Amino acid sequence: MPVLAIVLLAAGTYAFRLAGPLLAGRITIPEQVRRVLSVSAVVLLFALVCTAALTQGHAFAGWARPAGVLVAGVLAVRRAPFPVVVIAAATTTAVLRLLGVP
Amino acid sequence: MSILLGMRSLWRTVDRDTLRDIVLVCLADAVVAVSFGAIAVSGGLSPWVPIVMSLLVFAGGAQFAALGVVLAGGGPVAAVATGLLLNARLLPFGFAVADVVGRRWWTRLIGAHLMTDEAVAFALRHSDPRQRRAAYWVCAIMLFVLWNVAVVVGALAGGMVGDTNVLGLDAAFPAVLLALTLPALTDRGVRDSALLGAAVALAAAMFLPAGLPVLLALVGLVALLRRPQVAGAQIDPDWKVS
Repeated sequence: MPVLAIVLLAAGTYAFRLAGPLLAGRITIPEQVRRVLSVSAVVLLFALVCTAALTQGHAFAGWARPAGVLVAGVLAVRRAPFPVVVIAAATTTAVLRLLGVP
Repeated sequence: MSILLGMRSLWRTVDRDTLRDIVLVCLADAVVAVSFGAIAVSGGLSPWVPIVMSLLVFAGGAQFAALGVVLAGGGPVAAVATGLLLNARLLPFGFAVADVVGRRWWTRLIGAHLMTDEAVAFALRHSDPRQRRAAYWVCAIMLFVLWNVAVVVGALAGGMVGDTNVLGLDAAFPAVLLALTLPALTDRGVRDSALLGAAVALAAAMFLPAGLPVLLALVGLVALLRRPQVAGAQIDPDWKVS
């Protein structure tokens, strides 16, 4: 990955981050819009979770990874500490692959 | 000196429960960061690539997405586009936490770079302005330090670990993101939107280039329009992390 690509990604990301804090004083956002914005964030993050867990390129990622993420979800609902959630996910996926699950 | 005093008052303002949760989230993210560094290097990239990328981009989702494109043989343009599409969500985040990032120009410049899903989530958990500000900054600073140190560790270890998939490291990132997002899904309007959006994204992922499917998930917001009055009353802008 060339340096220029990293710099472009970093600069664009920074612009997204800085726009809100800079413009919020000049533009007042109505309560209704604020609500839609915070729901948008949850929608995007959940979609990222699902695509990262289930897909690899344009295909299904195999069962081991989503199984690990599912274990993480169950533990999170049961309020397990975050590090436990992550390590359980990786361990589940690793053990399933060891057993021959793709 | 005033910066140090400011930091001390931030630490004192954060309540113990929030601080514990922030530390736990940061530790979990550190595991994810190790996986990022290791996956990048074992995929054939030089160690400095994931390290510099983490310092300058500092956004887990975009880092993983861009890395995925590069390791899958995609070009740098596709990698940058994917990362930027994913990071577009930081734009609404910025408006949501504009009050806590600071009024002085230099705190805005720094606070903006440290903006992550996690710091925003912890800020939105509180309604009191001082608590919001303290939770944001403590999470932001701690995560920046831990994330980047962990990426270095992962990048150095990646040379030794041959195939990171054997260790299940690819499950770490979606796992921690799911744990962060789940509490917000207890709200019906949010849940309907998220499920619909995820279905659209998954279908789109089968044929669209990486990055675009996640943005298309915003179609799921139509679920909010179905029951306008109820949705208006139910959607809590201060969605809770736990």
